[in-house]
Amino acid sequence: MSGSTWILLAVTTDPEQTGASWSPYLVGALIGVLSWFTFLFSNKPIGASTAYARVSGMIGKAVAPRHTMSLKYFQDNKPKIDWGVMLVIGVIIGAVLAAWTGNELLVRAVPPMWTERFGDEIAPRLIVACLGGALMAFGARLAGGCTSGHGISGSMQLSVSSWISLVGFFAGGVITAMLLFNT
Amino acid sequence: MSEALEDMPPLTDKNKARQLLWGLLFGIVFGFLLQKGGVAKYHVLIGVLLLRDFTVIKVMLSAILVGMIGIFVLQRAGLVKLHLKPTRYLANSLGGIIFGIGFALSAYCPGTGAAALGQGNLDALAVIAGLIIGSYLFAEMSGWIGRKVNPIGERGELTWPQVLHLPTLLVTVVFAMIILFVLISLELSNR
Repeated sequence: MSGSTWILLAVTTDPEQTGASWSPYLVGALIGVLSWFTFLFSNKPIGASTAYARVSGMIGKAVAPRHTMSLKYFQDNKPKIDWGVMLVIGVIIGAVLAAWTGNELLVRAVPPMWTERFGDEIAPRLIVACLGGALMAFGARLAGGCTSGHGISGSMQLSVSSWISLVGFFAGGVITAMLLFNT
Repeated sequence: MSEALEDMPPLTDKNKARQLLWGLLFGIVFGFLLQKGGVAKYHVLIGVLLLRDFTVIKVMLSAILVGMIGIFVLQRAGLVKLHLKPTRYLANSLGGIIFGIGFALSAYCPGTGAAALGQGNLDALAVIAGLIIGSYLFAEMSGWIGRKVNPIGERGELTWPQVLHLPTLLVTVVFAMIILFVLISLELSNR
Protein backbone atom coordinates (compact mmCIF):
# COMPACT_ATOMS: atom_id res chain seq x y z
CA MET A 1 0.00 0.00 0.00
CA SER A 2 1.22 3.47 -0.72
CA GLY A 3 0.47 6.66 1.15
CA SER A 4 -2.86 7.82 -0.09
CA THR A 5 -4.86 10.85 0.81
CA TRP A 6 -8.61 11.05 1.08
CA ILE A 7 -10.14 14.45 0.77
CA LEU A 8 -13.09 15.11 3.04
CA LEU A 9 -15.56 17.89 2.37
CA ALA A 10 -14.25 20.89 0.54
CA VAL A 11 -10.67 21.20 1.66
CA THR A 12 -9.18 24.42 0.40
CA THR A 13 -6.00 24.32 2.44
CA ASP A 14 -3.66 21.40 2.98
CA PRO A 15 -2.94 21.54 6.72
CA GLU A 16 0.53 20.12 6.17
CA GLN A 17 1.44 23.07 3.95
CA THR A 18 0.30 25.78 6.35
CA GLY A 19 1.21 26.65 9.92
CA ALA A 20 -1.01 28.21 12.56
CA SER A 21 -4.30 29.59 11.28
CA TRP A 22 -4.71 31.76 14.38
CA SER A 23 -1.89 33.72 15.97
CA PRO A 24 0.14 31.25 18.05
CA TYR A 25 0.40 33.90 20.76
CA LEU A 26 -3.39 34.22 20.91
CA VAL A 27 -3.81 30.43 20.94
CA GLY A 28 -1.22 30.09 23.69
CA ALA A 29 -2.81 32.85 25.76
CA LEU A 30 -6.22 31.20 25.41
CA ILE A 31 -4.77 27.85 26.52
CA GLY A 32 -3.39 29.73 29.54
CA VAL A 33 -6.85 31.10 30.28
CA LEU A 34 -8.34 27.63 29.76
CA SER A 35 -6.00 26.31 32.43
CA TRP A 36 -7.35 28.89 34.92
CA PHE A 37 -10.78 27.39 34.32
CA THR A 38 -9.68 23.76 34.67
CA PHE A 39 -8.10 24.66 38.02
CA LEU A 40 -11.17 26.62 39.11
CA PHE A 41 -13.96 24.31 37.99
CA SER A 42 -12.32 20.88 37.98
CA ASN A 43 -9.44 21.34 40.42
CA LYS A 44 -7.17 19.79 37.81
CA PRO A 45 -4.33 20.89 35.56
CA ILE A 46 -4.56 20.16 31.83
CA GLY A 47 -2.71 16.93 31.02
CA ALA A 48 -3.06 14.31 28.33
CA SER A 49 -0.75 11.35 28.87
CA THR A 50 -2.43 9.78 31.92
CA ALA A 51 -5.58 9.22 29.87
CA TYR A 52 -3.75 6.69 27.69
CA ALA A 53 -2.48 4.89 30.80
CA ARG A 54 -6.05 4.63 32.10
CA VAL A 55 -7.21 3.19 28.77
CA SER A 56 -4.30 0.73 28.78
CA GLY A 57 -5.34 -0.33 32.28
CA MET A 58 -8.93 -0.78 31.17
CA ILE A 59 -7.83 -3.00 28.27
CA GLY A 60 -5.47 -4.87 30.59
CA LYS A 61 -8.26 -5.35 33.10
CA ALA A 62 -10.51 -6.82 30.41
CA VAL A 63 -7.82 -9.23 29.17
CA ALA A 64 -5.90 -10.12 32.35
CA PRO A 65 -7.71 -8.60 35.32
CA ARG A 66 -5.70 -10.21 38.13
CA HIS A 67 -2.30 -9.43 36.65
CA THR A 68 -3.26 -5.88 35.68
CA MET A 69 -4.53 -5.00 39.13
CA SER A 70 -1.40 -6.49 40.71
CA LEU A 71 0.71 -3.77 39.06
CA LYS A 72 1.65 -0.86 41.30
CA TYR A 73 0.81 1.82 38.74
CA PHE A 74 -2.75 0.58 38.30
CA GLN A 75 -3.23 0.26 42.05
CA ASP A 76 -2.27 3.93 42.39
CA ASN A 77 -4.10 5.06 39.24
CA LYS A 78 -7.38 3.23 38.79
CA PRO A 79 -8.15 2.18 35.21
CA LYS A 80 -11.40 4.00 34.49
CA ILE A 81 -12.96 6.70 32.35
CA ASP A 82 -12.14 9.85 34.27
CA TRP A 83 -11.90 13.61 33.67
CA GLY A 84 -8.60 13.22 31.81
CA VAL A 85 -9.91 10.54 29.43
CA MET A 86 -12.88 12.78 28.64
CA LEU A 87 -10.48 15.66 28.06
CA VAL A 88 -8.57 13.69 25.41
CA ILE A 89 -11.81 12.58 23.73
CA GLY A 90 -12.78 16.26 23.71
CA VAL A 91 -9.46 17.20 22.10
CA ILE A 92 -10.24 14.92 19.15
CA ILE A 93 -13.69 16.49 18.74
CA GLY A 94 -12.36 20.04 19.14
CA ALA A 95 -9.70 19.46 16.51
CA VAL A 96 -12.30 18.10 14.07
CA LEU A 97 -14.31 21.30 14.59
CA ALA A 98 -11.26 23.53 14.19
CA ALA A 99 -10.03 21.77 11.06
CA TRP A 100 -13.52 21.70 9.61
CA THR A 101 -14.20 25.40 10.19
CA GLY A 102 -10.74 26.19 8.80
CA ASN A 103 -11.24 24.02 5.67
CA GLU A 104 -8.31 21.89 6.77
CA LEU A 105 -10.03 18.56 7.39
CA LEU A 106 -7.93 16.17 5.35
CA VAL A 107 -7.71 12.43 6.00
CA ARG A 108 -4.37 10.84 5.23
CA ALA A 109 -1.99 8.31 6.70
CA VAL A 110 1.45 9.65 5.81
CA PRO A 111 2.37 13.31 6.27
CA PRO A 112 4.05 14.91 3.22
CA MET A 113 7.20 15.83 5.16
CA TRP A 114 7.66 12.16 6.10
CA THR A 115 6.99 11.10 2.48
CA GLU A 116 9.61 13.50 1.19
CA ARG A 117 12.24 12.04 3.50
CA PHE A 118 11.32 8.35 3.82
CA GLY A 119 8.94 7.59 0.94
CA ASP A 120 5.18 7.09 0.79
CA GLU A 121 4.91 3.52 2.13
CA ILE A 122 2.36 3.47 4.95
CA ALA A 123 3.89 0.66 7.06
CA PRO A 124 7.22 2.32 7.97
CA ARG A 125 5.45 5.47 9.11
CA LEU A 126 2.97 3.55 11.25
CA ILE A 127 5.70 1.41 12.85
CA VAL A 128 7.83 4.44 13.74
CA ALA A 129 4.77 6.36 14.96
CA CYS A 130 3.78 3.45 17.22
CA LEU A 131 7.32 3.04 18.56
CA GLY A 132 7.42 6.78 19.21
CA GLY A 133 4.11 6.62 21.05
CA ALA A 134 5.34 3.77 23.26
CA LEU A 135 8.54 5.64 24.16
CA MET A 136 6.56 8.82 24.88
CA ALA A 137 4.16 7.03 27.19
CA PHE A 138 6.97 5.30 29.06
CA GLY A 139 8.93 8.55 29.34
CA ALA A 140 5.91 10.57 30.40
CA ARG A 141 5.02 8.10 33.15
CA LEU A 142 8.60 8.03 34.39
CA ALA A 143 8.90 11.84 34.29
CA GLY A 144 5.38 12.36 35.68
CA GLY A 145 3.77 14.07 32.70
CA CYS A 146 3.93 15.04 29.05
CA THR A 147 4.14 18.22 27.01
CA SER A 148 0.77 19.28 28.43
CA GLY A 149 0.98 18.11 32.04
CA HIS A 150 4.60 19.05 32.63
CA GLY A 151 5.36 21.33 29.68
CA ILE A 152 2.43 23.70 30.10
CA SER A 153 0.58 22.99 33.37
CA GLY A 154 3.58 22.17 35.56
CA SER A 155 5.80 24.90 34.15
CA MET A 156 3.18 27.56 34.83
CA GLN A 157 3.08 26.43 38.48
CA LEU A 158 6.87 26.93 38.63
CA SER A 159 7.37 23.24 39.39
CA VAL A 160 11.02 22.20 39.26
CA SER A 161 10.09 18.68 38.06
CA SER A 162 8.29 20.17 35.06
CA TRP A 163 11.11 22.44 33.94
CA ILE A 164 13.60 19.55 34.21
CA SER A 165 11.28 17.31 32.19
CA LEU A 166 10.64 20.03 29.61
CA VAL A 167 14.38 20.43 29.02
CA GLY A 168 14.57 16.63 28.65
CA PHE A 169 11.69 16.60 26.12
CA PHE A 170 13.46 19.07 23.87
CA ALA A 171 16.95 17.65 24.39
CA GLY A 172 15.84 14.14 23.41
CA GLY A 173 13.53 15.47 20.70
CA VAL A 174 15.94 17.86 18.99
CA ILE A 175 18.80 15.34 18.86
CA THR A 176 16.56 12.54 17.52
CA ALA A 177 14.84 14.79 14.96
CA MET A 178 18.18 16.11 13.71
CA LEU A 179 19.44 12.53 13.29
CA LEU A 180 16.27 11.60 11.40
CA PHE A 181 15.94 14.59 9.11
CA ASN A 182 19.31 16.32 8.77
CA THR A 183 21.75 14.45 6.60
CA MET B 1 3.19 7.80 40.95
CA SER B 2 -0.16 8.42 42.59
CA GLU B 3 -1.80 11.59 41.47
CA ALA B 4 -3.35 13.37 44.44
CA LEU B 5 -5.83 15.07 42.18
CA GLU B 6 -8.90 13.18 43.27
CA ASP B 7 -9.41 15.19 46.45
CA MET B 8 -12.35 17.20 45.20
CA PRO B 9 -15.46 17.87 47.28
CA PRO B 10 -17.35 14.62 47.98
CA LEU B 11 -17.89 12.98 44.65
CA THR B 12 -21.53 12.09 44.39
CA ASP B 13 -22.59 10.35 41.19
CA LYS B 14 -24.14 13.55 39.91
CA ASN B 15 -20.98 15.46 40.73
CA LYS B 16 -18.89 12.82 38.98
CA ALA B 17 -20.98 12.96 35.83
CA ARG B 18 -20.73 16.74 35.84
CA GLN B 19 -16.94 16.57 36.11
CA LEU B 20 -16.78 14.16 33.17
CA LEU B 21 -18.80 16.67 31.16
CA TRP B 22 -16.48 19.49 32.20
CA GLY B 23 -13.53 17.36 31.09
CA LEU B 24 -15.12 16.80 27.70
CA LEU B 25 -15.94 20.51 27.32
CA PHE B 26 -12.44 21.65 28.33
CA GLY B 27 -11.01 19.05 25.96
CA ILE B 28 -13.07 20.34 23.04
CA VAL B 29 -11.77 23.87 23.65
CA PHE B 30 -8.19 22.61 24.09
CA GLY B 31 -8.32 20.54 20.89
CA PHE B 32 -9.89 23.41 18.96
CA LEU B 33 -7.09 25.73 20.09
CA LEU B 34 -4.32 23.19 19.37
CA GLN B 35 -5.54 22.74 15.80
CA LYS B 36 -5.98 26.48 15.20
CA GLY B 37 -2.50 27.04 16.61
CA GLY B 38 -1.09 24.69 13.99
CA VAL B 39 0.39 22.35 16.57
CA ALA B 40 -1.60 19.32 15.38
CA LYS B 41 0.48 19.36 12.20
CA TYR B 42 3.36 17.00 11.55
CA HIS B 43 5.61 19.56 9.88
CA VAL B 44 5.06 22.16 12.62
CA LEU B 45 5.91 19.70 15.41
CA ILE B 46 8.97 18.27 13.65
CA GLY B 47 9.80 21.87 12.67
CA VAL B 48 10.35 22.90 16.27
CA LEU B 49 12.60 19.90 16.93
CA LEU B 50 14.66 20.84 13.86
CA LEU B 51 14.74 24.42 15.20
CA ARG B 52 13.16 25.67 11.97
CA ASP B 53 9.62 26.55 13.04
CA PHE B 54 8.99 28.10 16.44
CA THR B 55 5.18 27.96 16.45
CA VAL B 56 5.22 25.34 19.24
CA ILE B 57 7.50 27.50 21.40
CA LYS B 58 5.25 30.53 20.85
CA VAL B 59 2.12 28.60 21.84
CA MET B 60 3.74 26.96 24.86
CA LEU B 61 5.44 30.06 26.25
CA SER B 62 2.31 32.20 25.77
CA ALA B 63 0.27 29.54 27.59
CA ILE B 64 2.83 29.34 30.42
CA LEU B 65 2.97 33.15 30.70
CA VAL B 66 -0.79 33.72 30.87
CA GLY B 67 -1.43 30.58 32.91
CA MET B 68 1.34 31.38 35.40
CA ILE B 69 0.02 34.88 36.15
CA GLY B 70 -3.55 33.64 36.50
CA ILE B 71 -2.68 30.67 38.69
CA PHE B 72 -0.53 32.92 40.90
CA VAL B 73 -3.43 35.36 41.43
CA LEU B 74 -6.03 32.61 41.89
CA GLN B 75 -3.84 30.78 44.37
CA ARG B 76 -3.16 33.96 46.37
CA ALA B 77 -6.91 34.57 46.44
CA GLY B 78 -7.35 31.07 47.85
CA LEU B 79 -9.49 29.99 44.91
CA VAL B 80 -7.27 27.20 43.61
CA LYS B 81 -4.54 24.99 44.93
CA LEU B 82 -1.45 23.87 43.09
CA HIS B 83 -1.04 20.38 41.65
CA LEU B 84 2.68 19.71 41.54
CA LYS B 85 4.29 16.55 40.20
CA PRO B 86 7.07 15.30 42.47
CA THR B 87 10.59 16.39 41.64
CA ARG B 88 12.82 13.35 41.14
CA TYR B 89 16.00 14.34 39.40
CA LEU B 90 16.72 11.01 37.72
CA ALA B 91 13.12 10.07 36.81
CA ASN B 92 12.27 13.56 35.51
CA SER B 93 15.38 13.93 33.36
CA LEU B 94 15.56 10.33 32.10
CA GLY B 95 11.81 10.18 31.49
CA GLY B 96 12.00 13.56 29.78
CA ILE B 97 14.71 12.41 27.37
CA ILE B 98 12.93 9.11 26.59
CA PHE B 99 9.77 11.13 25.95
CA GLY B 100 11.71 13.47 23.66
CA ILE B 101 13.07 10.58 21.57
CA GLY B 102 9.54 9.23 21.18
CA PHE B 103 8.25 12.73 20.40
CA ALA B 104 10.67 13.05 17.46
CA LEU B 105 9.72 9.60 16.13
CA SER B 106 5.98 10.17 16.34
CA ALA B 107 5.95 13.98 15.93
CA TYR B 108 2.69 14.17 17.86
CA CYS B 109 2.73 14.30 21.63
CA PRO B 110 -0.13 12.83 23.72
CA GLY B 111 -2.28 15.99 23.50
CA THR B 112 -1.43 17.09 19.97
CA GLY B 113 -1.71 13.45 18.80
CA ALA B 114 -5.40 13.46 19.70
CA ALA B 115 -5.71 16.79 17.87
CA ALA B 116 -3.81 15.44 14.85
CA LEU B 117 -6.24 12.52 14.67
CA GLY B 118 -9.15 14.96 14.70
CA GLN B 119 -7.53 16.88 11.87
CA GLY B 120 -7.39 13.68 9.82
CA ASN B 121 -3.78 12.54 10.31
CA LEU B 122 -4.41 8.80 10.59
CA ASP B 123 -0.82 8.04 11.59
CA ALA B 124 -1.84 9.53 14.95
CA LEU B 125 -3.82 6.30 15.50
CA ALA B 126 -0.53 4.39 15.50
CA VAL B 127 0.86 6.92 18.00
CA ILE B 128 -2.19 6.39 20.22
CA ALA B 129 -1.76 2.61 20.01
CA GLY B 130 1.87 3.09 20.98
CA LEU B 131 0.90 5.34 23.90
CA ILE B 132 -1.42 2.64 25.23
CA ILE B 133 1.22 -0.09 24.83
CA GLY B 134 3.97 2.05 26.38
CA SER B 135 1.77 2.91 29.35
CA TYR B 136 1.21 -0.78 30.05
CA LEU B 137 4.92 -1.53 29.74
CA PHE B 138 5.60 1.21 32.27
CA ALA B 139 2.96 -0.23 34.58
CA GLU B 140 4.69 -3.63 34.32
CA MET B 141 7.88 -2.00 35.62
CA SER B 142 6.24 0.49 37.98
CA GLY B 143 6.97 -1.48 41.16
CA TRP B 144 10.69 -1.70 40.37
CA ILE B 145 10.87 1.92 39.18
CA GLY B 146 9.13 3.08 42.34
CA ARG B 147 11.70 1.26 44.47
CA LYS B 148 14.90 1.77 42.47
CA VAL B 149 14.59 4.83 40.21
CA ASN B 150 12.22 7.30 41.86
CA PRO B 151 14.22 7.58 45.11
CA ILE B 152 17.32 8.83 43.24
CA GLY B 153 17.27 12.60 43.68
CA GLU B 154 13.78 12.50 45.18
CA ARG B 155 12.79 15.97 46.41
CA GLY B 156 9.00 15.73 46.55
CA GLU B 157 6.84 18.66 45.49
CA LEU B 158 9.27 21.46 44.76
CA THR B 159 8.91 24.87 43.16
CA TRP B 160 11.47 27.39 41.95
CA PRO B 161 10.59 29.89 44.71
CA GLN B 162 11.42 27.16 47.27
CA VAL B 163 14.71 26.25 45.59
CA LEU B 164 15.80 29.86 45.13
CA HIS B 165 14.51 30.99 48.54
CA LEU B 166 12.74 33.89 46.86
CA PRO B 167 9.15 35.14 47.10
CA THR B 168 6.77 33.56 44.58
CA LEU B 169 5.73 37.01 43.35
CA LEU B 170 9.32 37.90 42.47
CA VAL B 171 9.98 34.57 40.73
CA THR B 172 6.73 34.91 38.78
CA VAL B 173 7.67 38.41 37.60
CA VAL B 174 11.19 37.32 36.60
CA PHE B 175 9.88 34.24 34.73
CA ALA B 176 7.29 36.43 32.99
CA MET B 177 9.97 38.87 31.90
CA ILE B 178 12.24 36.10 30.58
CA ILE B 179 9.36 34.54 28.64
CA LEU B 180 8.37 37.95 27.20
CA PHE B 181 11.98 38.57 26.19
CA VAL B 182 12.18 35.20 24.38
CA LEU B 183 8.84 35.76 22.61
CA ILE B 184 9.79 39.28 21.50
CA SER B 185 13.19 38.03 20.27
CA LEU B 186 11.51 35.26 18.28
CA GLU B 187 9.12 37.77 16.74
CA LEU B 188 11.85 40.29 15.89
CA SER B 189 14.03 37.64 14.30
CA ASN B 190 11.05 36.47 12.22
CA ARG B 191 11.45 32.84 13.29
